[in-house]
Amino acid sequence: MELLSGLLGRMSLDYLPTEPATIGAAVGMPLGALGVAAALTYFKKWGWLWNNWLTSLDAKKIGVMYIVVALIMLFRGLFDALMLRLQTAVAVNGASGPFDTDTFQQVFTAHGTIMIFFVAMGLMFGLINVVMPLMIGARDMAFPWLNSVSFWLFVAGMILNNVALIFGGFSPGGWLGYPPLTGLEYNPGPGVDYWIWSLQIAGLGSLFSGINFIVTILKKRAQGMTLMKMPIFPWSVLVTSVLIALAFPILTATLALLSLDRLMGMHFFTSDMGGNPMMYINLIWAWGHPEVYILVLPAFGIFSEVVPTFARKALFGYKTMVAALVAIMFFSFIVWQHHFFTMGAGANVNAFFGIMTMIIAIPTGVKIFNWLFTMYKGKIWFTAPMVWFLAFVVTFTLGGVTGVMMAVPALDFQVHNSLFLVAHFHNTIIGGVVFGFLAGITYWFPKVFGFRLYDAMGRWSAYLWQIGFILAFMPLYILGLMGAVRRLDHYSDPTWQPFFIVSGIGVLVILAGTTMLVAQVAYSIWKRKELVDTNGDPWDGRTIEWSVPSPAPHFNFASTLKVTQRDDWWYKKQAGKHLTPPPPSAYKDVWLPKNSASGLLVGAGAGMFGFAAIWHMWWLLVVALVFVVAVVIRRTYDTNSEFMIPAKELMQEDLLVYKRRNA
Amino acid sequence: MRANHKLAVGIGIVALLAGLFWWLIAGAQIDVLAPKGVIAQQQKTLFIFTIALSAIVVVPVFILLAMFAYKYRDTNPKHKGYDPEWKENSKLEAVWWGIPIVIIGILAGVTWYTSHSLDPYREIESKHASIPVQVVALQWKWLFLYPEQGVATLNYVVMPKDVPVTFSLTADAPMSAFWIPALGSQIYNMNGMTSKLNLMATELGEYRGYSTNINGRGYADMSFTANVVGRDDFYSWAEGVTTSSSIAGINENIFNALKTPSVEKSAITYKLTDPELYNHIVGSYMPHMMHDEPEDATMDAMHMEGHH
Repeated sequence: MELLSGLLGRMSLDYLPTEPATIGAAVGMPLGALGVAAALTYFKKWGWLWNNWLTSLDAKKIGVMYIVVALIMLFRGLFDALMLRLQTAVAVNGASGPFDTDTFQQVFTAHGTIMIFFVAMGLMFGLINVVMPLMIGARDMAFPWLNSVSFWLFVAGMILNNVALIFGGFSPGGWLGYPPLTGLEYNPGPGVDYWIWSLQIAGLGSLFSGINFIVTILKKRAQGMTLMKMPIFPWSVLVTSVLIALAFPILTATLALLSLDRLMGMHFFTSDMGGNPMMYINLIWAWGHPEVYILVLPAFGIFSEVVPTFARKALFGYKTMVAALVAIMFFSFIVWQHHFFTMGAGANVNAFFGIMTMIIAIPTGVKIFNWLFTMYKGKIWFTAPMVWFLAFVVTFTLGGVTGVMMAVPALDFQVHNSLFLVAHFHNTIIGGVVFGFLAGITYWFPKVFGFRLYDAMGRWSAYLWQIGFILAFMPLYILGLMGAVRRLDHYSDPTWQPFFIVSGIGVLVILAGTTMLVAQVAYSIWKRKELVDTNGDPWDGRTIEWSVPSPAPHFNFASTLKVTQRDDWWYKKQAGKHLTPPPPSAYKDVWLPKNSASGLLVGAGAGMFGFAAIWHMWWLLVVALVFVVAVVIRRTYDTNSEFMIPAKELMQEDLLVYKRRNA
Repeated sequence: MRANHKLAVGIGIVALLAGLFWWLIAGAQIDVLAPKGVIAQQQKTLFIFTIALSAIVVVPVFILLAMFAYKYRDTNPKHKGYDPEWKENSKLEAVWWGIPIVIIGILAGVTWYTSHSLDPYREIESKHASIPVQVVALQWKWLFLYPEQGVATLNYVVMPKDVPVTFSLTADAPMSAFWIPALGSQIYNMNGMTSKLNLMATELGEYRGYSTNINGRGYADMSFTANVVGRDDFYSWAEGVTTSSSIAGINENIFNALKTPSVEKSAITYKLTDPELYNHIVGSYMPHMMHDEPEDATMDAMHMEGHH
């Protein structure tokens, strides 16, 4: 018996799910995974999956895997949202909703955590991986293997987050898990530990990615591409990555301190023995606020590519756009206290942070005007990415207004932690981040897969999302002003109910919009011959990623690229230079990283480590740690990690591209 | 669909949504916008002011967006003025740097001023002295202590109209937050420390109060009533409690029972015989108190039990 408890830590059968909803998920998720595995076996696709995807160090493939995982998680997060709104549509005045309080609290924690860490971050890292190297004329990331490690740490965190549903339950403490509620005293069970370790592991991956992106952008740009000739999307990635590199260590340290409190009975954030939960709240938001900008800046970058391309006109005010990005980066680090004006700081402190917060509205507003004046005197082609842009301006601007309102501390005291706040941040995150990334996916899809997405369905998805958003969140603003606070699993005032029902209908419309996206992909695969991208430049693009064929080859660029100006590809086309191939001397042997399974193994080891820490299986913790270190050390001795594509081969392939272009 | 048809469909959807929200809002009781206290009243004014100020930028953005999208669409048969190289104009840019800077400048001034004038810690000026009320957030109930009146209440608070009240807030529970939307401003309740909130009601009535910060399973049931009565009624109510023979005094046993996590919706009245009760609750989290005062050891032992 003692041996068993030594082996299994604190596991017991009591932790199996008991609620119908969680039992359903606990049975459904493994069945789904089994179904996929069976299909892979039946179609003999395991080798293809392993060699072409899972072990690939090609940034574009890693990027696609990020996006696939993130889209699956988007459905998980949306179903969570649906559960929340189903509950609040019913559970009024003593009527019980479909879920008990424990389930409800775990679901809103999971919804927030999944949507931020595994959807928004996943889509962002995915898009960056797919196009950032292509846009700066690089063949790969600076550290391709580290990139794969980042991805697998992301996956390990995602899996831990979902395993909680099957065994042990998730944290009921909200997406940022304030102690003392998440401390040992009030929540000793494994739920909070699942939350900690899924974020800790995914967060480490994010930090590695941030560093990787910075080095890639600073060291691997094409010849002639000075920083001020670089497109805005890579600029936004650079700025975001600086934020990641500075902010994520704070998250790692904060979660580490909280887990020391929980695993070793320390007192960093307890209320007694000299601990101080206010310290946690400061630290978590010192990461959390930059995190919001980490997500939204790349979305700004995407629109800075989408709008000029479809307006067929140079971006208005390039230098201002760069300056605005850098200004936002700077200010995003000195506003974190606005998340807790109500914690009792003095008037001077509150006023300072409030004013810093509203200052961010200035560069953000300038960016919006610059996009608008990019449309001015343009010839706008209203594809799905442009419809996403219109929805973005409408939604994000409204979110900006409520943001500026909440930046006034005296006003925040009346709306903080109410549904007004919930509506506000969905207004900016859905309007900014989600709409931006969906525009980006539609825009760059042909570059990766060689065919466009069927546009009408993309536009319909944008309309549904926009209408669904209004239905789901405008009622929440009013509810907040009526006194409805966030995270209520039931309430007593029947006049709130119609608002909650309309909001629930809004979630259904958003779900329909998301289903439309999936249908769009399926339909486009079916019609891929008609939607094929023959010349690699389906939108008559401006930046150099459109100069290579679609799907982009593993090596990205056949010849050594020389960039002379912004929108280099557009002006090359204007001058007719895109028709003459470069001289043979421009083709050099190219070395690319070979496939490697060791990134996947590091992710597996890290996941095991987290699982062991959650369940107090100390032997497994040690085994997992030793395993990860061993894999990393072995990789460092792997001298045969690259393969070469000879210049001749590249030239032959490239000449075919030029031949097609001239035909 | 032709552009005109699309426009008609768009306007139709917008009208439908507007109608829906009109129907929802009509008759709804919106506490924050129907203030019953001096602080909430000023916050409502601030609310409307910031919306109006933001509109100076937001309305032009929406108009320009609609105009440019309509006029410069490539399907516009009367399209003209395409100029792919028009990409810089420092005068125009100065306008949209300048106007937001002025607006945010004004708002920054207002922010500085109201952060002080509406600071929850600032006592409200009145011809009447402020009444101190101590608030303890528990899992999942609200305990109110009136040290001057010798009264304690559970899940309801009585306030005299037009008399300022100074709330001292703490918790013997995970972080909670105290909010009466009709009266204004919320503030966190935290273990082992006191935060302050000054409010003054200006209308008689019963208003709802909430905990806005999640503090465990019973969080949704953690609401209370703020009962605003006339000044004389307030004092006679307090005297009625202290002289009543059927109302028990709150003691450590009762308090320990209250702080055991449970949902408790009933409103209960106690006598407050120990004016130091609040200080003991706050002090129970402080290390030096544990050594100095043996009676706190029981409270501390209760906390430690949670660890196993």
